[in-house]
This record gives sequence, structure tokens and C-alpha cells, in this order.
Amino acid sequence: MTIDDRPVARPTQEPPPRGFSRRRLLGAAGVGAAVAGVGVAAGFAVAEDKPQADGVVPFRGQHQAGIVTPAQDRLHFAAIDLTTTDRAAVVALLQRWTRAAERMTAGAEAAPGGAVDLNPEAPPSDTGEALGLPASSLTLTFGIGPGFFDKLGLGAQKPAGLAPLPAFRGDQLDPALSGGDLCVQACADDPQVAVHAVRNLARMGFGTTAVRWSQLGFGRTSSTSTSQATPRNLFGFKDGTRNLKAEDTDLLRDHVWIQPGDGPAWLSGGSYLVARRIRMHIEVWDRTSLTEQESIIGRNKGEGAPHGSAHEFDTPDLTGSAIAPDAHIRLASAQQQGGVRILRRGYNFVDGSDGQGHLNAGLFFLAYMRNPQTHFVPMQRALAGKDRMMEYIEHNGSAVFAVPTGLGEGDYWGQSLLEA
Amino acid sequence: MSRTPCLAGAAAVAAFALAGCTSTAPTSAAPGAPGPITVKAADTSCEISTTTAAAGNISFAIANTGTKVTEFYLYGTGDRIMGEVENIGPGLTSKLIVEVPDGGTYTTACKPGMVGDGIRAPFTVTGEAPRSVNENTKLADATDGYKRYIASQVAALVPKTQEFADAVKKGDVAGAKALYPVARTYYERAEPVAESFGDLDPKLDGREDDERDPGVAWTGFHRLEKELWVSGLSPDAAAVADQLVTDTKDLQSRLPALTLTPAQLANGAKELLDEVATGKITGEEDRYSHTDLWDFQANVDGSQSAVAALRPVIDDKDKALGPTLDARFKAVDDLLATYRVGAGYKLYNELTPEDTKKMAEAVDALAEPVSEVAGVVTS
Repeated sequence: MTIDDRPVARPTQEPPPRGFSRRRLLGAAGVGAAVAGVGVAAGFAVAEDKPQADGVVPFRGQHQAGIVTPAQDRLHFAAIDLTTTDRAAVVALLQRWTRAAERMTAGAEAAPGGAVDLNPEAPPSDTGEALGLPASSLTLTFGIGPGFFDKLGLGAQKPAGLAPLPAFRGDQLDPALSGGDLCVQACADDPQVAVHAVRNLARMGFGTTAVRWSQLGFGRTSSTSTSQATPRNLFGFKDGTRNLKAEDTDLLRDHVWIQPGDGPAWLSGGSYLVARRIRMHIEVWDRTSLTEQESIIGRNKGEGAPHGSAHEFDTPDLTGSAIAPDAHIRLASAQQQGGVRILRRGYNFVDGSDGQGHLNAGLFFLAYMRNPQTHFVPMQRALAGKDRMMEYIEHNGSAVFAVPTGLGEGDYWGQSLLEA
Repeated sequence: MSRTPCLAGAAAVAAFALAGCTSTAPTSAAPGAPGPITVKAADTSCEISTTTAAAGNISFAIANTGTKVTEFYLYGTGDRIMGEVENIGPGLTSKLIVEVPDGGTYTTACKPGMVGDGIRAPFTVTGEAPRSVNENTKLADATDGYKRYIASQVAALVPKTQEFADAVKKGDVAGAKALYPVARTYYERAEPVAESFGDLDPKLDGREDDERDPGVAWTGFHRLEKELWVSGLSPDAAAVADQLVTDTKDLQSRLPALTLTPAQLANGAKELLDEVATGKITGEEDRYSHTDLWDFQANVDGSQSAVAALRPVIDDKDKALGPTLDARFKAVDDLLATYRVGAGYKLYNELTPEDTKKMAEAVDALAEPVSEVAGVVTS
């Protein structure tokens, strides 16, 4: 941002009008590179979660955005701890966060005029790196971890689904990459927009919260809409072919959205989020023959067709022996899991190298479900015990969050719990 | 220790700069004309759109047209930094607003590569502007009060440094080691003011790996720290000790002429916490003695004193900020108190990652509201 391309107009309203974007603030100043309407195909997505023409995903709605929203390509996920037990301070922060989050998902600065138009003797209240960028389908999804209830004396409202996950075989969990009193999942088409959002929320939180760990991700590893092609993970395989999709409304109701009577009323309409940082031993995998790789997954690598079938979306035939007994897709299948499904929303990650010449890379597994104890634990137990893929991966981070339902006009993050 | 050491010498560069700037400097912009003064900072030139401005807030827009990261400075008499902007990458433009209430001759400098004297040129400020200091009695009281605080700290720094130097000269290593963090406490409390004299801070508080001009030796506290804790006292130690005392007296002699604006106080309070975050919590400042927590506490003390001086103004303009600052300063002080050992502190190399994480969280929590003070007192 130079002096000469300062915005000619300033945002004066809060919240901004729908469709308001950082780009429009720049007026005729010539920052014309901001192209909106990132290629999200029209047609299938559920209306309220579908990005509008200018790349804005509505912040408020029946459910939180960022769950069945067609998975964006970039992630910055932050697990955050409370550094206070002062409930009023937490409420004030959540209200401030909600205002800023709504602005940022609309493509605006975290605060009106925040980047360059306020008192020049003060540090800017928006950090500025997203100036001139469009909304980029940014979604900010808020979740609550077990410590939140303990620190704020809300134990009676703590849902059973937040019980600690059991230790799975092969887990090598690092406490510094696990847990968190709350989380913010920022997904966008542009990594800078996602990072800007997390950075500004983290900054607002100083004194009330501290970031415990955070994870950048690139390249979604699941489709969450039938409008999306199936992407590949860092093993080179298509991932998420049989994932739950936004269009599967009955299955979402049964397996993703928490229903009345499932637990405390404040969480009704929400979901649970399980996050696992899965390090892949990339170099070892790369020395494995194609036949072995395909046998481990249970699909061919090119088309993604299940063994014994011709096409990617053919239903895998688990009755015969074409798919190995310990193949990943067999162990994780709904048929093997008593019909249970989850909505995966993971991302590839490469956090540089590990100092021993190997990529510090893998899959940051994010999955939404109605109950981790019935949906994630049996599946992961089966995989940890039998999946041949386990030789090539290591789970080194883990967290579970309760994700409240969507916000109505004027609501703030966590309100249904804090005013329960 | 400043991360932008100001180095003496390099007359050839200065001469070149003068030639370069006078040949290109237009004089069209009338004093007080709207819009910032533009600076084209290249690798070997520093073109400024005007060399005069009226007293008051002077705005510069510095465009780095070169290939190296650059900096831009406006210096007053004795190379006191009136304002500076760091880390301007190639192709980027940064803005600097400097409050210059007094007319006179100043010096501009671009520093391609961020080291050395930079490409300098004289800059004339005309007339007088009412100081924001004088616009409000409370602000004047704030700056006066803070100056008295600084004077008191430097008044203690000189004799404590003398004691430390005497111990070094006697070869009393144990005595000198005990006095080292004590003497530094007074320096670290007053550090923003000491750093504003750009030539003094590198001599008093420079690190071994700082870049210095050829022939300029490493002096100051950290030189003696290394000799006391690691390498043993060198034959030069006595001379270095004497020089250290001389430099603290030099600092003291410059204080009466010091004028401070409320924004400088507020920014000084913030910079002290920046020092904690980047130098003390990392164990970088006192890498041989590991007495970083003494400096940590002193930086926090200095920050709190600057904020306290401004408190009546803060309370007038933002009722919520003062109590937040009180609570956050207290949280840092309480945390540091848990690391006290006798009259001092635990050594940095005795801290766990969990300890430094707690410290970083407490300093982040404090620095964020402290960073708001400058905006509040100038609003």
C-alpha cells in the first residue's frame, strides 16, 4: 500500500453491507487485479453456503459456514487457549471477534478504516495484508474445546462428545500440537486472506487468549460438494470420493448435525470437529511400488476406481476379494463401520523439512460428525489396528471441538452456550 | 540495543550523497504544501522532492527504487533520531510522519542495505510550530515527569557503572559479575532515550556480531560480559571499562537538551516491550551471563513509568485503557516475581520452554494495549 493508492472512500458502517469488499474501497486507484467470483461452479451447492458472485460466503445462517461450504483450497487453522477465567472478558472478546469475522468474510478490513485510515500515530487496527484482495470465499468456523468449560465454570453444559479420545495404536501425539480451548478454522481461496483472518483474531485476543498451535494447509483433500472434482492427497491418491456432500441432506442430518436430544440444547444444530495432524512418511511411501500403493488404498491411482470396478464413483465391491482385507477404503467404509459416515474437510500440509532431509508433510485431517465417540473412535480404532497405511503415517496432533450451530442476526460466537 | 545501529565515519559516502541530492533536489514545494515529501531511495542515491519544510508534522513517503532493503532517517543535532522507518523492501513505499516543532538544520539519510551512515543530505525546517507538548498542561506534565524519571535512572547508571568498571579494573571478576546486571538495570529502564542518541547506544550496548565500521572496536557492557563469563578479562578490559563510564557520562550530559513529545513517550513504552519480546524472552540480550530477566524487569519498569507519566491524558481520552494497562502490567510483574531468587532472578538458561511461553503470553497481553497509547494520547 503506498500513499498514492490510498482508498478514496472509507468504510463508515458496521457491519458492512452485503457484498462489500476491500476491493471496492480502492476506488479508481488502480488496484485492479482483484478478480472476484472464484471458480466455484454453480448449480449444486446448498444455497446459503454457496459463495455469491463476488466470492462472499454468508457468515450467518442455519449452520456455520465452512462445514458443507464447498471446500476452499487454503486453510489456516488455529487452536487457541483461554488465558483468563473471566467470563465477561471472554464474552467481550467473542463479540469483538464476531464483528471482525463477519467483516473479513465480507472482504472488509477487521475494523472500519483499520488498515490505513485511522490515527497515524497508532498502530493500524487491521494488519493490512489483505487490502485489495477480494473476499476469496473466506469462511471462519468457530469451535469450543473441553478447557473452555472447565476454565469458565460451565461444566454442566459440557457435552459428552468432548470426552477425551482414547489413545490409538501408533499415536505419537505432541501436546504442543494437540488440544485447545477453542478453535477457528479459516478457509479461503487465497492463503493470504485466511492467514490475515487468523492473525487479526489472534491479535485481538492477546490478554484473553493465546494461540496454542496453528496449521496451514493447501490443497483440500476432500470434496464437500458434488460440484467439486475429487482432489489428491500427498500420497498421490484421490481422497474423499465417498465423502459426505452438501447435497446429501438426509445423511448430513443423520451423521453431521447434532440433533435435539443428542446433548445440551445449546449445541443443537451444531457438529463436532475432530482434528488430527497426520504426518506422512513421504519418502518411504515414494519408494513403494505402484501395486503395493494401490493395494494399501484399495483403489487404482490414476482414475481412483475401487479395485474390481471401472470408475471412481462406482460403489466399492466389498463382498469379494478384489479389495484387500486390510485396504484403507475397506476399513474406513460405512459398511465396515455400521453405516456410520463423517464429513471430511482435510488439507495437505508441508511445514518445510524436518532437518533430516525429509519433508515435514502430511494430511491435516478435519472431520465433522454428530458424535466423535460413535463416528470417529470406532473408525480410527479399526484403521490404527489393521490399516497397512499406518506404516506410512503417524498421528502427531489431535483435538476435538464442539462447533455450535449457525448465527442469527446479531448473535455472537458462543452465545448459545454463554447465555444458556 | 537498537536493531538499527548508527555508525560513525564514512565521509566519502556522505560527500557522494550531498552531491547526489543537491543535483536532483527541486525546491518547488512550498513549506506547508499538502501531501508528503517524496523520497526516492535507490542503491546509490536518495532523491528528496524538497529540502525544506515548515515546522510541525512533516510527512515523508519513501519509495525504495533500489535493489536492497532500505531505511530512511531524519536526524537532529548530534544524530538524534527525530524519526525513522525501517525495512523498506525493494519496490515498496513507506510513510514517515515526524513531529519537528523547531526550525533549524536537520539531516535526512537513506540507508540502502540498512547499515552505515547512509546517503545524507541537509534538510531545513523553517519557523516554529506549537508543540503538542504545550497544547495541554497534562501532556507537558507527562513529558516533564518522564524526563525526571529518565534523569534519575541515568543519575544512578553513572555511579553503578563506575562501581562495575572499578571491579573490572581490579580484576575482581566475581564482584564485576554481581554488579553487571545491577548497572544494566538503569540503562535498560532508560533505553528508548539512550537509543534516541544513535551514536551512543552501539558503544554502550552493542553486540559482538553487530556490524561496525572498519577499525571501530566492540565496546560496552556486552564486551565486558563476554570477558567476565566466557573468555576472561583481556588486556584491554580496563580501557573498555573506562570508556563505558565515559559513555554513560556522555549520555547524562545530553539529557538537559532532550525534548520529548507525548507520542515519543508512548512509543518508547511500546519499544521497551518489543525489546523484551525480541531480546529478553529469547535469551539473546545477555547471552553470556544469562541475566536476561534483570533486563526484562527493567524494560517493563521503564515502560510502566512512561505509561504512568501519560496516565492522566489516557484517562481523559479512553476510560477503559488505564485499568487494562494496570491489570496487564501487574500480571507481568507477578509472573516475574515468581522467578526471583534473592535480590535477583533465575538465569535464562534455567528456564523451561513452558516458562518462556508464559512470559511471551504475558508480554503479548501487555504490549497490545500499550501499543494503543500513542494513538490515544495523540487523538
